[in-house]
Amino acid sequence: MSKFKNKKHTQLPEISTASLPDIVFMLLFFFMVATVMRKNVLIVENKLPQADQIEKLDNKNLIMNVYAGKPSSRYKNIGSEARIQLNDKFADLKDIKAFILAERAAKRDALHPFMITSLKVDEDTRMGLVGDIKKELKKVNALKINYATKKGSVGNHIPKK
Amino acid sequence: MTRRLAPSVNAGSMADIAFLLLIFFLVTTTIETDHGISRKLPPLIDDAEKTIVKEKNIFRVELNQHNELLVEGAIMDIGALKRAAIAFLDNGAGVGDWQCNYCKGNKDDQSSDHPDKAIISLVNNRETNYGTYVTVQNELVGAYTELRDREAKRLYGVSFKEMKNLLKDASHSNQVLLKERIKKIKSMYPEKLSEAEPVRNY
Repeated sequence: MSKFKNKKHTQLPEISTASLPDIVFMLLFFFMVATVMRKNVLIVENKLPQADQIEKLDNKNLIMNVYAGKPSSRYKNIGSEARIQLNDKFADLKDIKAFILAERAAKRDALHPFMITSLKVDEDTRMGLVGDIKKELKKVNALKINYATKKGSVGNHIPKK
Repeated sequence: MTRRLAPSVNAGSMADIAFLLLIFFLVTTTIETDHGISRKLPPLIDDAEKTIVKEKNIFRVELNQHNELLVEGAIMDIGALKRAAIAFLDNGAGVGDWQCNYCKGNKDDQSSDHPDKAIISLVNNRETNYGTYVTVQNELVGAYTELRDREAKRLYGVSFKEMKNLLKDASHSNQVLLKERIKKIKSMYPEKLSEAEPVRNY
């Protein structure tokens, strides 16, 4: 009858935590694979508009990012006029040319026709600025553009009557 | 002979280290949006040859400074834009050489002759909101996609979107044929979206 003898004294067996690192490592690898490091620190507001007719951009190396929007809250002293951001810095329209040429110079010649300019523009920006950016891009023959959008249903911008 | 066992390394802190790494990656990374509406800008030409296009082959879409949408001069709700664009592109009123035998529109004399001739002209104001502009772009691209989908389904049994996805999938066997088919569909409804210089606010 020793089976039931010292029931009071036996403790619950400890739960083995040996597999905990494995679980955490699995999570870690998931996040490492699924996320992309943002190259640029955003200094402009960047709430992208929504659209549903979107295409995915596959090759990250061939994308040139042009950001535009109002300066974010930390940079209020610059003003509330929408600005362009290229590589961590506020930029002027005339800087776009140099930016595109610099990006091109970093890639092989054969890849140049496949490079896409991704316009990441805040949805509250006026079209005047976007039009000016497009004009600059035309000047350097960077004709492939992509209006970066979020995936979602259209309808937030229905013109109010 | 006594065999000594190698002392086991305490792996208790392994979880902590992994957690630290995990939290580091969680904090430092942001999922970046890398999709959007792809467009091609027209090249910059100084002496653009002026082609005369019949008024009925132009679909005028205008966005004014109050973010109002004007289609052919009349205010329109953005929800109705896609339908209107499809009706225009798919009209197919042409005769003879320009007869469109795959169009399903109602062949209105006052609307476009052939999808190949139909041009959508999008004009925006400098004060127009970018969000509204993208929405309109999205609707117009949507109109083309819908028509292309319809024709692709009729001819090949798969939608245009699927065909494009298949093209990206390298394992798909018949890439050449697929490319040709996509080209054919694209030529049936070519994207002719003209964008003029944004107008200034007077």
